[in-house]
Amino acid sequence: MYKLLLCTRYLRTRFIALASIISVMLGVATMIVVNSVMAGFSTEMRFRLHGLLSDVLVETFSLDGEWDPNRHMQLIQEAAGEDIAAMSPTVEVFGLISFKYGGNWITQNVSIVGIDPVSKSKVGALSEHLENYKPLKDDNGVEVRGPLYTGNEPPGWDLHPTYMEERRDRISRARVFEPEEEEEPATGLTAAEGATETDDAVRDFVAGNTEEEPQDPAAPHRARVYIGYQLVSVPYVDKETGKTRQLTMAQPGDDIKISTVTAGRPPQPCHFYATIVDTFKSGMSEYDSHLVFCNIEELQRMRGMIDPESGEKAFTRIQIRLKEGVDPDRVVERLKAALPAGKFHVSTWEKKQGPLLAAVEVESMILNVLLFLIIAVAGFGILAIFYMIVVEKTRDIGILKSLGASSRGVMTIFLSYGVSLGVVGAGVGVVVGLLFVRYINEIERTLTWVTGRKVFDETIYYFPSIPTKIHPLMVFWVAVGAVTIAVLASVLPARRAAGLHPVRALRSE
Amino acid sequence: MSETIKMPQTHLASLAVAKAYSKGEHRIPVLRGVDFQVRRGEFVSIIGQSGSGKSTLLHLLGLLDSPDVGEVQLYGHRIDDLPARSRDELRNRVFGFIFQFYHLLPELSVLENVLAPVMIRHTLWDYWRHRSAFRDQAAELLGKVGLGHRLTHRPSELSGGEMQRAAIARALMGSPEVLLADEPTGNLDAKTGAEIMELLTSLNAQNELTIIMVTHDEAIAQRAHRTVRLAEGRLEAWGEAA
Repeated sequence: MYKLLLCTRYLRTRFIALASIISVMLGVATMIVVNSVMAGFSTEMRFRLHGLLSDVLVETFSLDGEWDPNRHMQLIQEAAGEDIAAMSPTVEVFGLISFKYGGNWITQNVSIVGIDPVSKSKVGALSEHLENYKPLKDDNGVEVRGPLYTGNEPPGWDLHPTYMEERRDRISRARVFEPEEEEEPATGLTAAEGATETDDAVRDFVAGNTEEEPQDPAAPHRARVYIGYQLVSVPYVDKETGKTRQLTMAQPGDDIKISTVTAGRPPQPCHFYATIVDTFKSGMSEYDSHLVFCNIEELQRMRGMIDPESGEKAFTRIQIRLKEGVDPDRVVERLKAALPAGKFHVSTWEKKQGPLLAAVEVESMILNVLLFLIIAVAGFGILAIFYMIVVEKTRDIGILKSLGASSRGVMTIFLSYGVSLGVVGAGVGVVVGLLFVRYINEIERTLTWVTGRKVFDETIYYFPSIPTKIHPLMVFWVAVGAVTIAVLASVLPARRAAGLHPVRALRSE
Repeated sequence: MSETIKMPQTHLASLAVAKAYSKGEHRIPVLRGVDFQVRRGEFVSIIGQSGSGKSTLLHLLGLLDSPDVGEVQLYGHRIDDLPARSRDELRNRVFGFIFQFYHLLPELSVLENVLAPVMIRHTLWDYWRHRSAFRDQAAELLGKVGLGHRLTHRPSELSGGEMQRAAIARALMGSPEVLLADEPTGNLDAKTGAEIMELLTSLNAQNELTIIMVTHDEAIAQRAHRTVRLAEGRLEAWGEAA
């Protein structure tokens, strides 16, 4: 009883103990906040990375691709059909896009992905990232237009009537007022000017792909694209309001020029026009600033990946979505065994994005180690404070021993004191940490307002708000770790207190 | 009608007890073979000058320290070589200590200070079950020493005399057989010292409490049944008080 009484009484009367509690509390709260934000970033990033990639990817080693996606999908189906929910063949190739803005041509390097939107939607998120499926909001976040398509409508390559009208108006105006600015036809295909040696296949491809002059001058091109949000817009800070705004350089209905290479030998440059049907915003800067989704048939046609005689098509990648609960690594192993050796690279989406995910995990681990050191520093603080308290309470220890208290009893007082400090510090730290995580965006806004500088710049991190995710087990272990450190820090002073000689303790000044 | 004369037995004794303290490389002898006995119910005072070893002898008798040589016996049984746990228990159950500087725990109220020996003796559960009886007993003891109105006060709010009374109440709370008082009046004025001595004398008379008191004041020592003088670590004289 006396242990409990003295422990609580020391806690209440020693304000220096408050310093220990605060140091433990800050350590615990910081660890919870940082871990939650890191987990939020990591989860959000994984979600976004996975969003555009399917569970398993079968890729050809060659940019030329492989013929007959159906036969290969049949092979995959036979090897792991029971684990597979959906498949979608795609064509991927590097390229350049050019479009005119403010009288200048803007050229950017991109990855062009030829997809069938319907089958692509079945292997990963697509319409969720397309802007036509989201309401249009102004800079203040006020909705100015509802979604053009509902989530139930599958994504396609038709230009929405809204954008079609705008396109028609724009082209009409251009024809009337600025005819001289039309350097190139609004539709059409240009073959590689620099190609001096074009083989038969390429010639066929060029000849076969020359579009006829359409009846409607405003008709979109046969090649349609979903273009990455960051490719056609740049953030800027409005000097008047100080807010970050997006400058849109191209929008649905506009045309872009795509340059890439053919699949023939040697690869020849090829150029074609495409009409933007939609922009996509996955939230991953890596994707949004590099990817252009194109209709697969047009890309195959332009790259000469359609056999002119048999009509057989080529692909460079088959994206596979697995059923719930299936181990992707097991499927990868089975596909590696089933597919022809030396032609394909089979991997999970996590392996594909391994370096990025590993970097986040390493960062998280290093942060945890550093933050745990902060709590360890708090532990040394507790040790120092406890030593001081033991020295201060030396006579009390002598009194207790003269009254018959055992050394173990005296030790228990100080160990309980350490446990109490740890528990109270960790408890308050958990509450403060969780509250901080809950209101982190409000706190960020307040700090931005106070300091006048953006603490969390969404244009850098590419998240509209700070993402957080609280793992209850993490909170538990952080709290347990803090209490353990507090107890360990109190062991040494407690042992000293227990070992004090009663007479010397009574005589201490 | 015949009256049976009961011979008081030896209650507590030290046999050839020696003790030296280390100071740097030197050993400074404090007690040089002290034979001392006290009978049950006896009030003995040990007098001597500062540094004569009287407090050391008291600490050895109360098991607060161990002799280098010799034995401490309770009812003829050696107790100084008992395991630490047994010595702790004897300190709690058999001995009650009163110190010159009172040594009350500053964080606890007067009542809690008095309850300390029973808190140490009992487990949390046992104490909790009998807490009201213990509190009544402590309050009664404090009433007896004249501190019935000071139960919830902190030691810092008491005068020297009151603190010593509280210390006496605490020593009595454990129902000890031997009260060891180290200069109980040394820090008090003459009037308060006399009151404390009155209290000790009456406790000895009423409860047959064995009291061993260390003092350097011969007048105070005269209040005991017997006085023992220590000089340079040796017992010099024995004498019955007036």
